[in-house]
Amino acid sequence: MNELSLFIQAAAHPDECAARIQNQGKKIIGYLCSYTPEEIIHAAGAHPVRLFGTGETILNADRHLQSYCCSLARGVLENAVSGRLDFLDGAVFPHTCDTIQRLSDIWRLNTDFGFFADVVLPVKFDTESARDYLREVLEKFKEELERWLNITITDQSLGRSFEIYNTIRKKLTELYELKSENPELISGRDLAAVVKGTMIMERDSLPDHLGRLIAEIKSGLYTRSDTGKKKRLILSGSICDHPDFYELLEKSGGIVVGDDLCTGERFFEGEIEQTGSPMKAISRRYAERTICPAKHVSERARGEALIKKVKDRNAQGVIFLFVKFCDPHAFDYPYIKEMLEKESIPGIMIEVEDQLPPEGQLKTRFETFIHML
Amino acid sequence: MAESPKIKMDEKMKEIMTGYYIEAKTASETGKKVAWITSGGPVEPLIAMDVIPVYPENHGAMIGASKMGGDLCERAEAMGYSGDLCSYARSDIASAVIEGGPIGGLPKPDMLVACNNICGTVMKWYEVLARFYNVPLFIFDTPMCHTEYREESKRYVKRQVLEYIAFLETVCKKKFDYDVMAEVGRRSIQAQQLWQAVLDTAMARPSPMTAFDGFYHLALIVTLRGTQIAVEYYKDLLKEMEERVSRGTGAVPNEKYRLMWDNLPIWYRLKWLSRKFAAHNACLVADTYNTAWCRSLRYIHSEDFLDSMAEGYTRMYLNIGIDQMADTIIEMVQKYKADGLVMHSNRSCKPYSFGQFDIARMVRERAGIPCLMIESHMVDERSFSESQTETRIDAFMEMISSTPH
Repeated sequence: MNELSLFIQAAAHPDECAARIQNQGKKIIGYLCSYTPEEIIHAAGAHPVRLFGTGETILNADRHLQSYCCSLARGVLENAVSGRLDFLDGAVFPHTCDTIQRLSDIWRLNTDFGFFADVVLPVKFDTESARDYLREVLEKFKEELERWLNITITDQSLGRSFEIYNTIRKKLTELYELKSENPELISGRDLAAVVKGTMIMERDSLPDHLGRLIAEIKSGLYTRSDTGKKKRLILSGSICDHPDFYELLEKSGGIVVGDDLCTGERFFEGEIEQTGSPMKAISRRYAERTICPAKHVSERARGEALIKKVKDRNAQGVIFLFVKFCDPHAFDYPYIKEMLEKESIPGIMIEVEDQLPPEGQLKTRFETFIHML
Repeated sequence: MAESPKIKMDEKMKEIMTGYYIEAKTASETGKKVAWITSGGPVEPLIAMDVIPVYPENHGAMIGASKMGGDLCERAEAMGYSGDLCSYARSDIASAVIEGGPIGGLPKPDMLVACNNICGTVMKWYEVLARFYNVPLFIFDTPMCHTEYREESKRYVKRQVLEYIAFLETVCKKKFDYDVMAEVGRRSIQAQQLWQAVLDTAMARPSPMTAFDGFYHLALIVTLRGTQIAVEYYKDLLKEMEERVSRGTGAVPNEKYRLMWDNLPIWYRLKWLSRKFAAHNACLVADTYNTAWCRSLRYIHSEDFLDSMAEGYTRMYLNIGIDQMADTIIEMVQKYKADGLVMHSNRSCKPYSFGQFDIARMVRERAGIPCLMIESHMVDERSFSESQTETRIDAFMEMISSTPH
């Protein structure tokens, strides 16, 4: 079995993968946000697993969340209250948006997985008091895990986790660079599965798996034959859990050479420094990485970062992929679009719920956009 | 059907609000600074600095009440803002750009103060305003108290109070006067106590006022708390309500059923809803929205206003877990003797609306009263279905009237 298929399997069946890890005696902690301090969970000997929406019909979540709630929150809750997340030993909710805040309340009152924590992060990272508070909140979360597991999380074990996560993040960065330089080496669909796999698979062995995967990719094992000239694009939004999205885009003559996604580069960007206080080191990474629109560092930080990425990757356009009812992204869209227009960078916006729009409709939109570039 | 008696203080309110907006709109001539601030934001330091506070949310309410929301929201959508976003934000942003709306747009701000104790939307909204007006933005970050007000939050918010003061000193180019602040704090507390007393008069049977009356008279506790104007106004309003109670005058002529309201008003349908419920002899005697501006009294003290205000603002009604919100509602159901709960499922306000199903369940189980859910966008009248809402209200009232009281 090649390395890639391991990731593809984990991405397609996160529950099976998590259950296997649980059978090895590890506690499984679910999360929904890229500001989750995974390193602390890992250092506690537990295993963090990212939760995604559901492919199933919403039945039980309708008793808790209105129809104008995003498909991620509704989908995750549907899975939780319908018994599809029974592999979880707990969940953690960092402060994200209004919707996830309320999902946390509903989760706390309606599920019983064992561990539960709110990590009420600051919404801004541009002041010293906010960064100090962030550090204290992380420290509190560490203590909560310690109490639950009746252990002590040492600086040493945190240091070891930082090293593993830094290696994983470096390798994912390398993969994205490879893809950007030689898009034919791996398909967008497969690359997305790799990133998703790293949110689910056992972390200790990930650096090795990723190392071997990169070697396989470089050797041309996954090189695609349809290497016709494609337009280079950046994907911006919250989550993309739609493998077909990438395939359809590539069929339409486009290729993603970088992203600004919570399930993409925002998730693995930046390293944690190994010096000084561990909690300070984690908070520094949060303060320096590209922000989610529910966070603040300046009024135009996200627009500036996106334009820089377009230029760095030599991209020709931006696809905004939004989850319907996601307020933070919807508020930023007009100004970022305007900033792009000033730089003559074209963009289109596609709004999705749990399912992608019908294939024909999406393909037409992609093709029209790509022909314009 | 007998008409509801008119509240005499309505006229006074109109007069004060007109004066307030004239002063704000002519601030550039008088040399006063204008700050735009969120409805749940710490306004008292602004009053102490003689800055005129202006409330885009109050503006949103006016837009809604004058039924201009649909048009302005549509304009915002043409600018690229999704129709699923808060209709206060959409209509206010559009009105800023086109200088439209009931008062031709708000006076230009010198600074912006966004406190996220009511939602994360205000941060995004104020970022839009900061880019548009190119003025400094202060984000007052109040970590959500899902189950408790934590020590680390306390430290963080208190530090922000000092940063906020430093911000004001920089923008206003003058020193902050702590003695004036203490006085403003005392007046703010006094106004909040009076506002609570006004709302408390609704415990009487028949109730002298409805929650819908409250939504109108709320304007000053939102915009001018900390000023003597607000104190005097609520003294007079309280007197009028007490007189009504002693005369046995009810806001709803034949009050038979008493209901509670949850969430923001449906601004463009206040009168319609008012009449609809009155026709069923039902009075909306209490609500979670009006109360939000005095619920923090339990945390704030005049002897250390700035310090205690940190806690008061962080533990705002919307900045707590839904189980605490349910507790608050159940207490109010008992206090005001409500027979039912009307919940506005507000597409414009996710933190107020998500969790309502769970809250309704808790209220039904623990307070033993039925709950009705009606859906809208609070100032975007295009989203409102009159016939559907009417049918639901009728069915709900039928259920209430068939329950023995």
